[in-house]
Amino acid sequence: MLTYSYYPGCTLRTKAKELDAYARASAAALGVELVELPEWQCCGGVYSSAGNEPVTKLAAVRALIAARDAGTPLVTVCSACYNVLAQVNHELRTNPAFAAKVAQYLELAAPYTGETEVLHLLQVLRDHVGFEAVRAAVKHPLTDRRIAPYYGCLLLRPGKVLQFDDPENPQTLEALLTALGATPVITAERNECCGGYRVVEDASFAGQRSDAIAASAADFGAELLITACPLCRYNLQKTGRLPVVYFTELLAEALGVKEAAQHG
Amino acid sequence: MADTTEILRMSGVDPRKCMRCGKCTATCPSYNEMDIPPHRFVYLVEQGRVETLLSCRTIWKCLSCFACVERCPRGVEPAKLIEALRLTKLRPQGGDHLQPAQLADIEDDDLPQQALVSALRKFSK
Repeated sequence: MLTYSYYPGCTLRTKAKELDAYARASAAALGVELVELPEWQCCGGVYSSAGNEPVTKLAAVRALIAARDAGTPLVTVCSACYNVLAQVNHELRTNPAFAAKVAQYLELAAPYTGETEVLHLLQVLRDHVGFEAVRAAVKHPLTDRRIAPYYGCLLLRPGKVLQFDDPENPQTLEALLTALGATPVITAERNECCGGYRVVEDASFAGQRSDAIAASAADFGAELLITACPLCRYNLQKTGRLPVVYFTELLAEALGVKEAAQHG
Repeated sequence: MADTTEILRMSGVDPRKCMRCGKCTATCPSYNEMDIPPHRFVYLVEQGRVETLLSCRTIWKCLSCFACVERCPRGVEPAKLIEALRLTKLRPQGGDHLQPAQLADIEDDDLPQQALVSALRKFSK
């Protein structure tokens, strides 16, 4: 059994419950134990690159410290939470002055300097479980289904910090889809921005961005888009061009645990 | 009001590395809406034109998608300069670009919390 601390994030408790439920059910089916942190707060949604912005990062630091104290890596499944947790952790690991300032704010006995390993669930599946083991656990292969992975920004950039995958030619979601028996459809826009949080201020701009992504997927013959990000899903769904689901839903479906997760 | 030195310190960016190739602007998904595109933004920081940048539209149009950061052949990281200017504009009293009261008209049943949290972080203090 592989055991991890688990950070769901605010949206997975509200508008993206299925992202969370299918992740937990799929993890359990693959022998991965996700132990939710006893306390966690919203990560803030976005990481600030400014060097004098410690306060907005403290919620992430608390989660990172809790995982360190539990002696496990910290796993999350939302792209935004992953991006914030990983970038804050990197800042603490590489900037002693920042770590010292954070230690003052949180009244830590000793600075936390980024010891925790932050992982997206996709990295757990790829690097710890292994896609071969995922393939072996598939009960309902997604045969003949043409599915376009959409990474967006937050899973991939900045590439030097996250080191999740090649930011210009990622392979992780494609390899997962192949393991599930589906046909991955690679599109030109899979790592371009959906319009993100600017939808709050200008829905038509976000609509244009997302439409370019969805249109590209449709042009390449995809029947479905998958993402790990609730905001990307929201923006892409608004285009009405093709259905958009979380990668965890397809995973749960292929592993034969989808219905159980819905009623869990 | 912040001077150029403070912007450089906040962002950790050295605009003198820029060779004005324009790749940041070419890859920016928002450039069409900006009055000052990313490559010119970098140049104006180098020139010390902080007041100009504090009143430009670009600081509200950047998506923080980091495409410019990833693809700059010189490692200049334009989005970090835009973030530093945006924060400098937001931090003084009355500097908010988005008020929580405006959100009631925007929110629909499907809008994820992540969108609200992120927008308020980027557009208010």
